[in-house]
Amino acid sequence: MSLRLEGLSAGYGGIPVLHGVDLEVGEGEVVALLGRNGAGKTTLIKAVMGLVRVYAGQVVYWGQELTPLPSYRRAQLGLGYVPDDRRIFPELTVRENLLIAHRPGPWSLEKVYRMLPRLQEIEHRRGGLLSGGEQQMLTIARTLMTNPKLLLLDEPTEGLAPLIVEEIARLVLELKREGMPVLLAEQNLRFTGRVADRAYVLETGEVRLSGTMDELLHKEEVAALLSL
Amino acid sequence: MDLGFYLLQLLTGLAYASTLFLLAVGLSLIFGAMGIVNFAHGSFYMLGAYLLYAFSRGQAEGFWTGLILVLAAALVIGALVERLFIRPIYRRPEEYQILLTYALLLILEDLVRFLFGAGYRSLPTPPAFSSPLFLLGTPFPSYYLFLVGLAGLSALLLWAFLYRTRLGAWVRAATQDREMLEALGINVPLLYTGVFAMGIALAALGGAALLPLQAATPGMAVDAVIQAFIVVVIGGLGSVWGALLGAVLIGLLQAFGILFLPEMAMVFPFALMALVLLLRPWGLLGRPPAVRT
Ligand SMILES: Nc1ncnc2c1ncn2[C@@H]1O[C@H](COP(=O)(O)OP(=O)(O)OP(=O)(O)O)[C@@H](O)[C@H]1O
Ligand SMILES: [Mg+2]
Repeated sequence: MSLRLEGLSAGYGGIPVLHGVDLEVGEGEVVALLGRNGAGKTTLIKAVMGLVRVYAGQVVYWGQELTPLPSYRRAQLGLGYVPDDRRIFPELTVRENLLIAHRPGPWSLEKVYRMLPRLQEIEHRRGGLLSGGEQQMLTIARTLMTNPKLLLLDEPTEGLAPLIVEEIARLVLELKREGMPVLLAEQNLRFTGRVADRAYVLETGEVRLSGTMDELLHKEEVAALLSL
Repeated sequence: MDLGFYLLQLLTGLAYASTLFLLAVGLSLIFGAMGIVNFAHGSFYMLGAYLLYAFSRGQAEGFWTGLILVLAAALVIGALVERLFIRPIYRRPEEYQILLTYALLLILEDLVRFLFGAGYRSLPTPPAFSSPLFLLGTPFPSYYLFLVGLAGLSALLLWAFLYRTRLGAWVRAATQDREMLEALGINVPLLYTGVFAMGIALAALGGAALLPLQAATPGMAVDAVIQAFIVVVIGGLGSVWGALLGAVLIGLLQAFGILFLPEMAMVFPFALMALVLLLRPWGLLGRPPAVRT
């Protein structure tokens, strides 16, 4: 088991947003986190990364309890966080954005450029000058440079053109083929259906449904839980 | 008044600018990377001067070893101050920074008064610089050239560090998004300790380097921090190059202002600062506050 959440409650300023969430991500498994706006997907991912307060419960990563660790320790242990708002360093070049994140492992500048050739073409451009799609590529690539052992992807397709969504789908499938476990927050059901093995559906900070993607896509409740 | 005379004024201005740069660049760096407004910054400049006095025992011969000891001591002091006092307040509202660093300013002033007394402490010009240089027949204090070289070298090393090393790229990234940098596995608290120590060491170096020209007094800290703020406001708070530009502008303005309008010389820096604040509130080389996308 690469990641296990047990009774996780987390939130902001003393007010919990997540209420007792249990969740698991197996080895080499892509697990989706579904739920409409405000359901708590981002909060859950940030709690795993140590970026929001955990009030109760545990985050267990490869058997290790993470709750007392600061976020940089978690990243050093192999958690790779890709934020929903991208957070490219705007004054650093594409290349610098990648190099500052690098830690030893199979992922290197060469491998990242091979998988996302567009990044090499713009390697000397400042992060702040990239298009939305380029930023999304860069933010994923930057996290891969840390050589993660578990990827946390927060809405990677949000606001992107279909062609770029397609490229991200291919990238995630490639990572899955290499055995990378992924926890993916998404609202795009078609994308999720293609890449994920299982999913949890969140509503107001609680898990309402979970199961394999195939099961869930055939349930009517899922549509109800995801529509506005 | 011939050309040599103007050249002397120019060098005087640049020498003054050099100590101002060393003083102000750390203030700017610490604010840029850490978001801390350090009102005690001038106090470390003062501390540098007193430490040089102490390490050299007031003897010009002790200048070089003293200067190196000042650098080492300031790095340690800066790191300790960050760990003990600054670290607990990053997540607190900004008033805490102001209160805390202002308290440090008062404490350091009293500490120096207690250890060294309220009088002047000075150091003769180091022997290597005791004879003047002649340029166009005008004698120049060669120590001025040393100051310009010291600041120039510091600026160059700082540039190489920030733009040519990975650690420097982390510092630049920290100014842009601390939390994200940390989420990528970089030990940002340790990085902050390093940045703070570096900024303090530069200020202490500036204060120490000024000692052969100007005696140290407990009151110099407040003057220095005001000068430092003027420099970084003009250049742009958070910008290293802004600190350099601001220091050169103030240095030259002082040196030439005193020639043409001596009774106004004290006012010029403030007037320039006011002008910059009116026309470009984020400073000449600073960045306008951006809306995050
Ligand atoms: N920084 C914050 N401070 C206080 N409350 C917050 C903060 N961020 C999010 N919330 C609240 O937490 C709840 C869950 O938000 P979260 O961002 O986790 O949802 P989400 O499922 O990621 O939504 P979206 O699909 O819009 O990204 C919402 O009610 C939101 O208002
Ligand atoms: Mg979200």
